[in-house]
Amino acid sequence: MLVFAGARLLPGDVGRAMLGPFADPAAVATLNHQLGTDRPLLVQYVDWIGDFVTGDLGQSYSYRAPVAQFLWPALLNSAKLALVAFCMVVPLGILGGVMGALYRDRAIDRILSVTGMVATVVPEFVSGLVLLLIFAVWLHWFPLSATAPADAGVLTQFYHLILPSIPLVLILFGYIARMTRTGMIEALDADYTRTAILKGLPRATVIRRHVLRNALLPTISVISTQTVYLIGGLVVIEILFRYQGIGSLIYTAANKKDFPILQAGIMSIGVLFTIMTILADLLYAALNPRIRFGGDG
Amino acid sequence: MTEVPALSVQGLSVGYTVKGVLQHVLKDVSFTIGRGEAFGLVGESGCGKSTAAYAVLRYLARNGSVEGGEIRIDGRDVYQLDAAALRALRREKVAVVYQDPGRALNPSIRIGDQLAEVFELLGVPAADRAQRSIGMLEKVRIKNAAVVARSYPHQLSGGMQQRVAIAMALASSPTLLILDEPTTGLDATVEAEVLDLIQALRREFDASILFISHNLAIVTRMCDRVGVLYSGRLVEEGPTRDLFAAPCHPYTTELLRCLPRPGMDKATAPLATIPGTLPEPGSVMQGCVFAARCRLADDRCRAEDPPPEGTAPRMVRCHHTDRLAELETEAEAPVHVRKAAGAAALELRKVAKTFGHGDQKVRALREVSLTLNKGETLGLVGESGSGKTTLARAMLGLIAPDAGGEVVLDGQVLHPDLKRRSLDQVKALQIVFQNPDSALNRSHSIARIIGRSMTRLLGLRGAARGEKVKSLLASVRLADRFLDAVPKQLSGGLKQRVAIARAFAGDPKVVICDEPTSALDVSVQAAILNLLVEMQAQQDVSYVFISHDLEVVRYVSDRIAVLYMGELLEVGPAAEVFAGPQHPYTRTLLAASSGEAPGITGAGGPQAQGCIFHALCPARIDGRCETERPAEKMVTPDHMIRCHLEAEALRA
Repeated sequence: MLVFAGARLLPGDVGRAMLGPFADPAAVATLNHQLGTDRPLLVQYVDWIGDFVTGDLGQSYSYRAPVAQFLWPALLNSAKLALVAFCMVVPLGILGGVMGALYRDRAIDRILSVTGMVATVVPEFVSGLVLLLIFAVWLHWFPLSATAPADAGVLTQFYHLILPSIPLVLILFGYIARMTRTGMIEALDADYTRTAILKGLPRATVIRRHVLRNALLPTISVISTQTVYLIGGLVVIEILFRYQGIGSLIYTAANKKDFPILQAGIMSIGVLFTIMTILADLLYAALNPRIRFGGDG
Repeated sequence: MTEVPALSVQGLSVGYTVKGVLQHVLKDVSFTIGRGEAFGLVGESGCGKSTAAYAVLRYLARNGSVEGGEIRIDGRDVYQLDAAALRALRREKVAVVYQDPGRALNPSIRIGDQLAEVFELLGVPAADRAQRSIGMLEKVRIKNAAVVARSYPHQLSGGMQQRVAIAMALASSPTLLILDEPTTGLDATVEAEVLDLIQALRREFDASILFISHNLAIVTRMCDRVGVLYSGRLVEEGPTRDLFAAPCHPYTTELLRCLPRPGMDKATAPLATIPGTLPEPGSVMQGCVFAARCRLADDRCRAEDPPPEGTAPRMVRCHHTDRLAELETEAEAPVHVRKAAGAAALELRKVAKTFGHGDQKVRALREVSLTLNKGETLGLVGESGSGKTTLARAMLGLIAPDAGGEVVLDGQVLHPDLKRRSLDQVKALQIVFQNPDSALNRSHSIARIIGRSMTRLLGLRGAARGEKVKSLLASVRLADRFLDAVPKQLSGGLKQRVAIARAFAGDPKVVICDEPTSALDVSVQAAILNLLVEMQAQQDVSYVFISHDLEVVRYVSDRIAVLYMGELLEVGPAAEVFAGPQHPYTRTLLAASSGEAPGITGAGGPQAQGCIFHALCPARIDGRCETERPAEKMVTPDHMIRCHLEAEALRA
């Protein structure tokens, strides 16, 4: 509902946007009528939501083709980009957090937390541009575009996606590292860790067996919620790196007032987000015996 | 003596660096523990006893450091070992049982695996570890050991968790076993079981014990020798029985006087208290550490630190050991305790509570009928799960009893829901909780906490409210300077005073005291109990006093009610309940708490019929007790016992 309202509240009218500012008002009205955009909003909403739940995403206004035709490839592309970013940031973030906690208040901890903080506050369009300039324009280490040639293999695709995913990694690294660090410190200071140390276990075993698992539980929920940021960041990154993902699709649709695509795009992100959250909760439950058994603690 | 002591601590000084300043927590502490000996370290919170235990293990907080002295376990200097040797020492020579077993066990690892880890460290082949772990669980008398081994810590009760922790500690057959408040937070009967277990295993495993506790009674029971710590200083040491029978240090003397003793009650004498508070950690001290609070202190005490004196095995640090007799002569006159009037303040009529539904029904309370007279204190005792708290909640209107049950206040039937009770009824029935920390809003000042209650209950505002707040705080002996303090700036005892003041804000008729002193030190407990008695004498209020400490209950109570699994088994005058005639369960409970008999082992399942206690009753009448629920029997006009036995048999 919010998605629908948000999209329709954008200023301007659909027919006008499609036909250009100099079109005949009569033609605009005819087009609006054809598209159904002159009907009351409530009717449009009921119509749209009914189609949506039955899997019909409707027709794109501007391309005159089914929305699904654009949506699925875009989602797939974005998923690839997100996956690359995710696979880089999660191990890095956790490693950073663990190191920070183990060397608490020492130089390495300070450096990690300051870097994480700075990286988090730099918007992705800034870091994206800088990276693009340095590594693609000057050094030619990476291609300018994230889109690999059509017949490219997995490795080439991956190679093209490394540079665009780095701004996303930078944004998320700080969050994940900080959460991991907090969880680690809590677990390190916990009574059960004291028990383990005083049993005479070697430090590495204490960390591996007793600390990590308990420490990573809160991190998992953070990773899942932060994934939204990842998706939000996609819009900017995909445009910057000319990548045909869900972000650039939504962006183009919003510019062209192509409501069916816009709504379908945003709704699919919402659905994805929900699925991610559920997955994270399931993983959390799987790792936490207290939830698994429904015990009362 | 040629044998190497299990533990020798010589001249130990430990400090913590707080905001760049080193604060001394232990000063020149020395003691040794011989082979197979149990040594107790007692003292109130903040005296440094846990620091001593962890210093022995070389496991101090990050800001802690050993400033001097030497610690040897089994002859080896703990602070000269390299990392590998230290691990070996912790693995083989010394083990710890912690205060809070629920937190000391890893929540996400199965019990069996946590235990097996010890055997893994000792080099037991992987194939045998599980079996050895189960064997260890059986040693600590866990019945279905195999099931427990597959459980996670949160699935076990506190007592079970502590057994597991003990099994884990003893698995390596250590030379030295450190017990850090091992039963604090457990119920009286569970506590007795755990202590029995420790004593039995001590003989079996032949370990030396360092026992850390604030509970003098437990130390007396468990330890051969004892050391008394005050503010980081070992002020007295000696064989347990001698030391407690004839203390040499004024602090020990005063501490023992704070405990309610058998035969004492609120009408005979107020409990002794120790004026003042522990010195702030790190405050620069000259002279004797106890001088500021000592009634014998003179200029010499304030200038000169007394050296250790006395002939072995006794040691004491005091300039005036010859003047101890002066402390005994100054007993205060008792508060004038009003005779409880005959009229009922609060009446429970067949209050029952069933939780759950269908096959999952749990009967938390079984038709409990009780009367609380005006100005009277009714002690409520029983193990956890006996329904004490459920009963208190039903009185307060926090849970609704099953249909048919009534709570009657001053002749009026109270609505089962607190929200539907009138303001006067709410005012009249208040509670003081065990833990004042969680009961007081931490971001409000004391004046605001009390003031809010006054506004809500009495409709007071402005200057009138301010006056009343002040007079109320004065009556709980809180100085005006605390008005603007927030709870975290106050000690546990002061916070409990605020909680009491809050309960008294609306001039209540009945105050429910739910373990009000269980979280407090001995000397603070005495002061709070005295305060409650005084408030009662002034305001003619009635108390329902819930506690697992039977001596405390006996001291404050006029009558005592004994609950077991939701059934009221006995209610009568305090002296009679303690001396007999008494219900077999009451006898078991008393024996468990005094350490004369083992605790009740195993739990009786919920009995569908018959006497609730028949499964564990030592005096069961076969064929009758299993099938027929006993009726209430009045053994004296004011003393009810729910038992099939004849009055004479109950007396025996």
